[in-house]
Amino acid sequence: MDLLQQIADSVIRGQDKQTTELTAQVIARQESPKDILDKGLIAGMNVVGERFKSHEIFLPDVLLAARAMCAGMDLLKPLLIKDGIPMVGKVVIGSVQGDLHDIGKNLVGIMLKGAGFDVIDLGNDVAPEALVAAAKEHQASVIGMSALLTTTMSVMGKVVDMVGEQGLTGQIRTIVGGAPVTADFANDIGADAYGFDAANAVDRVKDLAGV
Amino acid sequence: MSDVVQIRITDITPTGEEVLAQQGVPPGTQVRPDINAICANALELLDKTAAPIGVTTGISVQQFGYVFEGEGQNEADTPVGDIYEQAEHLLLFAVTLGVETSSRIDLLFQTNDFALGCMLDAAASVAADKAAAFVEQQFALSLAEGGWDLQSGAALRYSPGYCGWNISGQKKLFEFLAPERIGLTLRASYLMEPLKSVSGVVLAGPREMHEFDPSYPSCATCESYSCRDRIHALFAD
Repeated sequence: MDLLQQIADSVIRGQDKQTTELTAQVIARQESPKDILDKGLIAGMNVVGERFKSHEIFLPDVLLAARAMCAGMDLLKPLLIKDGIPMVGKVVIGSVQGDLHDIGKNLVGIMLKGAGFDVIDLGNDVAPEALVAAAKEHQASVIGMSALLTTTMSVMGKVVDMVGEQGLTGQIRTIVGGAPVTADFANDIGADAYGFDAANAVDRVKDLAGV
Repeated sequence: MSDVVQIRITDITPTGEEVLAQQGVPPGTQVRPDINAICANALELLDKTAAPIGVTTGISVQQFGYVFEGEGQNEADTPVGDIYEQAEHLLLFAVTLGVETSSRIDLLFQTNDFALGCMLDAAASVAADKAAAFVEQQFALSLAEGGWDLQSGAALRYSPGYCGWNISGQKKLFEFLAPERIGLTLRASYLMEPLKSVSGVVLAGPREMHEFDPSYPSCATCESYSCRDRIHALFAD
């Protein structure tokens, strides 16, 4: 098994120390940083994502894999920046204003990083203006919003409206999710996509980002 | 005047299987040793950081009607709306694990320790629910000590945000219960802080009053259907 495959394998098995060691080895051999990313780290997380969707593995397995991938990325990211290699895409995420529930949003962020996205996580209780401003500042192509209360999900519509009012429709896409959120609600507010769980949200973001 | 309920962490500590189930791992699944180790670690952290406590107050059917009406945003037909008028004894409650557990979860995510962060979050969610169950059970026992028949009666809890009882119902519940004395506050969005908290009402009465067909409007979008397990458990014997 070549080193890149071994990296993918160590990500799949959630072994962060081994992923770090193997990534360091392959960097020392001056392998292409893009190849290390695509054929090593992301390749591993893609397998993890598929196994999670088919219920062969579960959330704790995914999180260990994500931790391993982040460990490899810690070494690789400076080289990617130096070579001017962009991440797969940029996504701004946050729990909407009034909401403090973190876990679903955190999971989406973790899995998006695992898929090679640059994630700007604004945290919880994020005002609509802040989400749109961050997307513009970071030139993100997607805003992802999470809400766990029926009382806070209405804020999502304000974000979609703001994107339109600022002439950014199509340039910045929106995706929504969270327990009370449905596909019908997403359609009603004009969101570009709806994610029914973290894995599905990542697939939808990939579609929106054209990946 | 509400009563403070002391809750020991040992009364509400979840099992490893319950913590894993909270994260979608089916019971009986053989998980990896490192995942079991993280689960054990999360339970240790829960033990160290959680400070469970509750507050309760008895309430009449009429008074609860006022609380339940809330901000006028409930569904027209709800299980709680149909059940509470049949209740013989009612108890408003709120429980919390305190702020430290939530802070620790945040810190774990900030330091990229996602697996432990999620595991502790899952453990805390289960523990908060068990704290609510503890209050429910203690209420039933106290009624039984006063002569209430536990064989023919049942005390079950219901919370705002479920079964058509709009989350805005928290506002009047908080006004009546004053859980600020145990460190619980309510945001304008009706979100409780600290996050790992549960509030609601325990309704005690004939077992049959809790039985309902889950065909209410709110049932269509419910993802938990925990009512089915609760109703089944009531009539299992």
